[in-house]
Amino acid sequence: MKIFLQELKLGRKSLIIWTASIIGTLLICIWMFPQMKSELGPDGSLFENFGAFTAAFGMDRLNFGTMIGFYGIECGNILGMGGGMFAALLGISMLAKEEKDRTAEFLFTHPVSRLRVLNEKLAAVMAQIILLNVTVTLFSVLGILSVGEAVPFRELLLMHAAYLILQIEIAAFCYCVSAYLKRGNVGAGIGFALLLYFINIIANISADVKFLKYVTPYAYCEAADIVNDKALNSTFIILGFAYAAAALAVGYRKYLHKDIAA
Amino acid sequence: MPAVIETHELTKYYGKNRGIINLNLSVSEGEIFGFIGPNGSGKSTTIRTLLGLINKTSGKAEIFGRDITEKNREILPMIGYMPSEAMFYGSMRVGELIRYSADLRGMDCAAEAKTLCERLQVEVKKKIEELSLGNRKKVGIVCALQHRPPLYFLDEPTSGLDPLMQKEFFSILEERNREGATVFLSSHVLSEVQEHCGRAAIIREGKIIACDYVSLLVKTTAKFVTLAGITEAPSIPGIFDLHVANNSVSFLYKGEINGLLSSLCALPLTDLTITEPGLEDVFLHYYEAEESK
Repeated sequence: MKIFLQELKLGRKSLIIWTASIIGTLLICIWMFPQMKSELGPDGSLFENFGAFTAAFGMDRLNFGTMIGFYGIECGNILGMGGGMFAALLGISMLAKEEKDRTAEFLFTHPVSRLRVLNEKLAAVMAQIILLNVTVTLFSVLGILSVGEAVPFRELLLMHAAYLILQIEIAAFCYCVSAYLKRGNVGAGIGFALLLYFINIIANISADVKFLKYVTPYAYCEAADIVNDKALNSTFIILGFAYAAAALAVGYRKYLHKDIAA
Repeated sequence: MPAVIETHELTKYYGKNRGIINLNLSVSEGEIFGFIGPNGSGKSTTIRTLLGLINKTSGKAEIFGRDITEKNREILPMIGYMPSEAMFYGSMRVGELIRYSADLRGMDCAAEAKTLCERLQVEVKKKIEELSLGNRKKVGIVCALQHRPPLYFLDEPTSGLDPLMQKEFFSILEERNREGATVFLSSHVLSEVQEHCGRAAIIREGKIIACDYVSLLVKTTAKFVTLAGITEAPSIPGIFDLHVANNSVSFLYKGEINGLLSSLCALPLTDLTITEPGLEDVFLHYYEAEESK
C-alpha cells in the first residue's frame, strides 16, 4: 500500500491538471451545442456530405444535431485524445521514471519485492485513470444539464465506459514498454496513443483496412456504433482486455529480472 | 568471526562490457572493510550485484550466509545502503522521504531518525530538490542508518560532505561498529580508508589486485624517503617513484635498509626523513605494478 499511496501523492498534480483540462475542453464543447443546434436545423445534415472526412469521425452515421450525436463526436475526440495521452504518459513513466530519476536504487534496496512494486505501481496507474474518468463523467453530465438538454444516460455512460477501457488498455501497453526502458521516454508513450488513434481513423475511411479495427482500442470507442447499438462491441472489448493482459505479462516478466540501471 | 559477506568468483558482465571479474572477498562480522579503486573499476557494480539491483553473470555470493540471488528479500532488511549519487524523489520533503524509507521497511524509526538528523544537521522541512549534493548525502546517511541494520554498504559516502560532517559521519559509523555492525566502505579517498578501515581490498578493472590489513598493505611495500641538501638523485638500487624538487629529493625505496643508509652516508645531506608510505603511494604502486605487467 505504501508505494501505491506514494505514487498517488507524487502524481496528484499531474492528475488534477489533466482532469481539469479535459473537463474544461469538454464543457466548452457542450456549451457550444445550443448554438450549433440552432444553426444546423432539425435534420442536422450539414456535415453529412464531407465524404471521407465525415466517415473518418463517424459523422456519416450520427446526427450532429442531437446532443448524443454531437457529444459522441466532439467530446469523444477530446476524451479519446486527452484520456489516451494521459494514460500513455502515466503508464510509460511509472516504472521507467525510477531509473531515469535514479531513485530505483533507493526503492529496490529496501526490502520490497519487484512484484510488489509492479503491483502497487500498476494499481496506482489504474486508480488515477479511474479517478480521472469518474470526475470527467460527472462534470460532463452537469455540463449537459447546464445547457438545458436531457442527459442520454445509457449512451453517455457506455461511451465513457468504452474510453475508460481504452485508457486501461493503452496504459497496460505503455506499462509494458516502461519495464523495458532504461531511461524513461515519455515521447514514445504519446506517439503510441496517437498512432492507435489514427489507425482507427484510417480504418474508418478505408474499407480495405477494416481489420485494423481489431488492433486499435479506439475501435470500441466509436460513438456511432455505441449510439446505434446501444451496447459496446464485445469482440473488440474482449480483444482489448486480452491485449492488455498479454502486455502486462510481458512487462512483468521483464521487470522481475531486470538489471536496474545506475 | 563468521563471514558476513562472502563472494566466490563473482562475475558481472554488462553484455560484453566488464563489470567485475572473478571477485573473491570475505568480510567478517564487526569489520570496517575498505574497498578502494578509481572510478569505473567496479566498486559500485560489486555493491549493486550484492544488493540484487543487477544480476550476477556467474560465481556465487552470500550475505549473512544467504544466497544473494535467492534470498535477496531476507538480506535487504539487514542492510543499510548509501548510494554514491544519493538521488531521491525531488518533490518530497526531507522528513517525508525519511519516513517513507522507514515505512517501506515496515518500521517506526522516528526516534533514531530525529537523533541522526540533529547530529548531521539535516533540515527536514526542505524539499529534496532544493538540496545541494552534500545535503542530499546527509539524507542518504539518515535513510541508511535509521533502522540500525547489522551491515552497511556505503558507496563513496563522504564525497560532497564538508570536513566537519565527514568527522561526525565517521564517529557515528564507529559507534555502530563498536555495537557490532559491519561496514563495507567503498571509496577512492585513501586517507579515510587508512584511518577507519581494518582491512581493505584494492580493485582494478574489475579484478581484486590486493586484499589485506591496511597496516600490512602499507608495510609490504617500500619506505618513503626524503633527502634535503641534494638536487640530483643518488644512484642506489631499489629506488623508484623519484621526485626531484628545489633542494630535495624524495623517492620510495624497497630493499635492505642498511644498504640505503651506507649509500646515504657519502651524500652532503642537510636533512633526512624516512617514513611509511601512505596508502596513496601503495595504491599507485599497485596500479603501476599491474600496468607494467
